[in-house]
Amino acid sequence: MTATLFFVQALNGLQFGLILFLIAAGLTLVFGVMDFINLAHGVQYMVGAYLVAAFSAWTGSFGWALLLALPTALAFGLLLEALVFRHLYDRDHLDQVLATFGVILFLNQGVKFVWGAAPLSVPVPELLSGSVEIANGLLYPVYRLAIIAAGLVIAALLYVLVNHTRVGMLVRAGASNASMVSALGVNIQRLFMVVFGFGAMLAGFAGAMVAPILSVEPGMGDNILILAFVVIVIGGIGSIRGAFLAALLIGLVDTVGRSFAPNLLRLVLDPAAASQTGRAIAPMLIYIFMAAVLFFRPSGLFPVKR
Amino acid sequence: MTQIAETQSAPTPSLSTRLEIIPVVLFAAFAAAPLLASFSGAEGYVLSLLTRVMIFGIAAMALDLILGYGALVSFGHAAFLGLGGYAVGILASHGFEDVLIQVPVALLASAAFAFVTGAISLRTKGVYFIMITLAFGQMLYFLATSLAAYGGDDGMTLASRSLVAGSDLLENDFIFYWGCLLCLFGTYALSRSIVASRFGRVLRGTRENAVRMEAIGFRPFRFQLAAYVISGMMAGLAGCLLANQAEFVSPAFMTWQRSGELIFMVVLGGLGSLHGAIIGAAAFLLLEEFLPEILHAVSFFLSEETRAHLAENWKMVFGPLLILIVLFVRGGIMGLLRRPHHD
Repeated sequence: MTATLFFVQALNGLQFGLILFLIAAGLTLVFGVMDFINLAHGVQYMVGAYLVAAFSAWTGSFGWALLLALPTALAFGLLLEALVFRHLYDRDHLDQVLATFGVILFLNQGVKFVWGAAPLSVPVPELLSGSVEIANGLLYPVYRLAIIAAGLVIAALLYVLVNHTRVGMLVRAGASNASMVSALGVNIQRLFMVVFGFGAMLAGFAGAMVAPILSVEPGMGDNILILAFVVIVIGGIGSIRGAFLAALLIGLVDTVGRSFAPNLLRLVLDPAAASQTGRAIAPMLIYIFMAAVLFFRPSGLFPVKR
Repeated sequence: MTQIAETQSAPTPSLSTRLEIIPVVLFAAFAAAPLLASFSGAEGYVLSLLTRVMIFGIAAMALDLILGYGALVSFGHAAFLGLGGYAVGILASHGFEDVLIQVPVALLASAAFAFVTGAISLRTKGVYFIMITLAFGQMLYFLATSLAAYGGDDGMTLASRSLVAGSDLLENDFIFYWGCLLCLFGTYALSRSIVASRFGRVLRGTRENAVRMEAIGFRPFRFQLAAYVISGMMAGLAGCLLANQAEFVSPAFMTWQRSGELIFMVVLGGLGSLHGAIIGAAAFLLLEEFLPEILHAVSFFLSEETRAHLAENWKMVFGPLLILIVLFVRGGIMGLLRRPHHD
């Protein structure tokens, strides 16, 4: 029983980790290339979820909604870039933190203004509803498997894009030394815009994918943003590979920790105390993990060489 | 590098004596406010609003000490508000209701947390520091939400305000107000003397150029850590007061948005002047309090329904306002006050 429970939790952790990766990938690129700390990346995830909720109510189909939501999320990201973020690239981090914090306040209230404060729900697409038996007697929802598959496909595409294309080469070069890339005649402003729009779209995609399994509500991007920060800090800012590994680690540590910390503590404490402390410690695990990583490697597991 | 160090050096004596008027006026205003409040007709409301202003003033000033003078962008300072608040709440629920026990415990807890997290965070630089302090703040937030015995997500209501050496003095809003003013003044005087001391100069030197400070024989890490611990303790004190003011403690004390608000208060008031942070806290809280009404009044030409809708969604104005202030008002309110003297 414990083994199958562990397996299910590990799958959940994998799914959560991949969603985190989709968000963290954009964040780490934006930071790596532009040296820009974007707190508003979490609201782009929220906007993705709201867009898919709105479009699926309108078209009645999740597939169409996803197809419509992605370009809209991209356009929205580019709009924010042009309106606000572009003016912040050469400001210090403090200004960037504050201004993007302002964007969060605005957009969290903005979605309340447009869609109301009550959570929206998005139906799971017909094709991917139901569960499959992955081991004897063990059912797992198809939709979650679909998220895992989509996450892995995107990760593979990103790998090819970043490591084997010209744009990817520029992005990597930009992460190492943006001013040198600019001096070599690359339009760095446009590169920034491409990276930014792409990151926003990835976050929007993550939001769209989780919309059917989570409730879509204002502020849903705030907590996941912090987790994405933890991921990119552990992975090393600017490193896609680091973000991927760190996202999976965080996803697993968090999900598995929450269900097994009380059980593990039961070995050393009496049951009541174990479940109390277990519940208290589990949400802190990833932060303790991050502190441990940073203690030994202050610039993350895979620091980008500068 | 040399140029930066020179342009940002301490203001000339003549300028600084002129600027000393501001803190005097500020504290005089706080001292006079309760007397004026009794004429306003809404005494309780004015007092409680101003008490909150002073409490957040302490917290913002604590942050200014490391942010303005040490360039350490701590994005988890609300955690100390929570530590102070929970120290009061948890001790009170176990029957220790006296500030003589609660405040030392809160200060010790804040110092310990600041020491441990600071020692780890200060190993990192720049944006890593921002994110790691943020993460430590979140860690404490989640710990508080899972403390089922102490209210969990919902927080806990205090039976009464803390006792002072056995007497329930603080139940009187006036006395509590004066107590907060005393704390504000005490922490302000303390911060002033820290900033003016050799310690403060080393801290500022580290802000300008850590490598150079090392070259002349200082270990910046120790100074930064000490400043971080002091700052954390001051914010912890603010947390004790805040719990007493609200007679309630909850994890909402230490959300990361609250940490962001504290940074905003400091920047709004003007970095690195201490009283600027108090002014920033006042401006922030008053804006938060009155923006809905201001919006309602300003939009007189719209229909009543739209006006109500606008007032309800005041944060949609607040957010962009924040962005505009960051983009266009360099130096915050203190910068605006200072500008005429420069010309």
